[in-house]
Amino acid sequence: MTPDIAAILALDGIATGAIYVLMALGFVLIFAVTRVVFVPFGDIAAFTALTLAALELGRLPGTVGLVIGLAVLATLMELYSILRAGSYERIPRALLFYLVLPVAIAGLVWITSGTLWPMPFRIALALLLILPVAPLLDRIVYRPIADASVLLLLTVSVALHFALVGLGLLFFGPDGARTESLTDAMFMLGNIPISGQTILIVVAAAIFCGLLYLFFDFTLLGKALHATALNRTGARLMGIRPERSGTIAYLAGSVLAGVSGILIAPVNTIFYDSGFLLGLKAFVGAIIGGLISFPVTAIGSIFVGLLESFASFQSSAFKEVIVFSVLIPVLLWRSYTFQHTEEDMDE
Amino acid sequence: MRKLALAMSALAGLSLAATAAYADIKVGFVTSLSGAGASIGIPYSEGIKAAYEFQSEVGGEKIQLIQLDDGSDPSAATRAARKLVEEEGVDLLIGTATAPSTIAMIAVANELKVPMIAVSPINVAPAEGGERWGIAVPQTPQLMVKVIADHMKKEGVKSVGFIGYSDAWGDFVYNGAKDAEAEGGPKVTTNERYARTDTSVTGQVLKVIATQPDAFINGGSGTQGALPLLELRKRGFTGDFYGTPSLLNADFIRVGGKAAEGVEVSAGPVIVTDQLPDGHFAKEIGLKFHEAYKKVNGKDVADGFSGYSFDGWLIFLNAAETALEKAEPGTPEFRMALNDAIFSTKELAGVHAVYNFTPESSYGVDERSLVIVKLVDGKWVYQPESN
Repeated sequence: MTPDIAAILALDGIATGAIYVLMALGFVLIFAVTRVVFVPFGDIAAFTALTLAALELGRLPGTVGLVIGLAVLATLMELYSILRAGSYERIPRALLFYLVLPVAIAGLVWITSGTLWPMPFRIALALLLILPVAPLLDRIVYRPIADASVLLLLTVSVALHFALVGLGLLFFGPDGARTESLTDAMFMLGNIPISGQTILIVVAAAIFCGLLYLFFDFTLLGKALHATALNRTGARLMGIRPERSGTIAYLAGSVLAGVSGILIAPVNTIFYDSGFLLGLKAFVGAIIGGLISFPVTAIGSIFVGLLESFASFQSSAFKEVIVFSVLIPVLLWRSYTFQHTEEDMDE
Repeated sequence: MRKLALAMSALAGLSLAATAAYADIKVGFVTSLSGAGASIGIPYSEGIKAAYEFQSEVGGEKIQLIQLDDGSDPSAATRAARKLVEEEGVDLLIGTATAPSTIAMIAVANELKVPMIAVSPINVAPAEGGERWGIAVPQTPQLMVKVIADHMKKEGVKSVGFIGYSDAWGDFVYNGAKDAEAEGGPKVTTNERYARTDTSVTGQVLKVIATQPDAFINGGSGTQGALPLLELRKRGFTGDFYGTPSLLNADFIRVGGKAAEGVEVSAGPVIVTDQLPDGHFAKEIGLKFHEAYKKVNGKDVADGFSGYSFDGWLIFLNAAETALEKAEPGTPEFRMALNDAIFSTKELAGVHAVYNFTPESSYGVDERSLVIVKLVDGKWVYQPESN
């Protein structure tokens, strides 16, 4: 291995790692606030990529049907629980958030489909459309079992992933898609070429890390989320509603999944079931961060990307084996240094 | 999908309405209309529809075609095959899209002694008694690689780099290239692998370039098969690209763009039917297939898979003619006669190959079943072999 090759591999690894960073941050964010290991995270990223690809071809993306279906289901469930509680004054608000907003977005895409919009508008549309998916899934699947054990939530997550893969096939069909590259720019660093796409991925990851930092440290909402993550009961006593925190966490997670989906869409062909493996690798990064620390998660994800890149050069047939084997020492180290909290003791 | 389901129920209804007519020949067709294999299972289904449109009776007997979905699941394929034989009493099974499901169906065919035509490339296991109840229509992966490797040799390629999937398909192509090397073909310089979901193959590509091969052979498939080509060109590789029929896919051309231009692959002649010279075995029947396909599916043939279903149907029609002289459809004797007739198929021209089956082997194609096509200006162009 010459220094040139090492540099190219390192750049490549950082770009892949940056995508994992976005996804892993989403994992940590959702887990910290809701204790749910959101396995379908990768699927949502893949759906975003497929949505963008459909918009690019001037077709109506399958996501429209998915969002409308989920919105109707979530609204019915919300209305049922409101009626049972007898608090009728909450109905308009529920209708607005669970039915009107998602369906309005889907309708917007429906109306605008068929015409070919410029790239930035298409990306915005794809992101907007994917935004309601995770919060709606949260309402339908996780809210009724919000107080269950982490293990049960994980099991449900895995089941939800399989359901989503099936729905993905139904709504997007079996064909894969790949979008136009966001930029064709090429830069030279010494004699090592760097593509604009790589820079874009890294910059996007950096921006979203920065935004998350600002959100958690400088906004009231972010602090409320942080409080819920640290101690649900305590946060509740302080007047923070865990359900609301959960919804916001899922919304933020959706954005991260959507952005990572848009960044990988031009790099490789994405199928309705491609998301899982991407999510799994990001999950390794999240595990390195103990599913709690954002900075360590980011470093861990970059490490996974670099490891993957160098492994693909050294022994490409064993690349996945090498990446996933890292989990074992990390888990050992984590379980030796883990501080048990009161909440875990209760379980 | 909904249309397919409708067609399926219509077909099923048709079969129910006609159960009284015992003399009809019943054919059970299993494919993957859902699940991971659906992307090739649906073309298989479109191919059989074209075949049924092409000819739906043989020797004066009407043929009933019953289609079931196996959801890309081997256990569902087993149930579907069993249901077709035990409840519908079919005389022949045709299926299915994925190799594990096809193998599962063969086990049922062996057990219930019903002839089966496999449309996936699998090695058909003989039944307990040693007799065979199944044949496979497609070209073997080894043959696909051998034909392109021979072509490389003719073109004077001395060394070739390899990047392929880290799965059975990658192994097939790599081993095929290695076999060709042992017979004086180009030297294979690398054995690099990647996964279908990978977003980058930079590491593998750098390794290939470091060995400075004359050309590159692709062990991937479809759009993800374009990934190494794009990266190789980006890193300044100038050698020729070669591949197998698994690259034949409309999206491969779109995604590969300029980097994929000039790639040469071995392919079933059905891909380039209209460019074949007059007198080529696949020309006349191929045109009929394209016509029937367009009529029932409303679009042009864009893949090789539908052709396998069509050829399976041709093999069945040819064998049924002989078998009808010996026994009544719906009887064990007829199934036996049909099986014997399938295994004595001689020089039957299909859209992919000229089929010759013998009791010794379940594969019946030779090198005539593959031609070389080259991607020129985004279209596959037939390359006549200059021997």
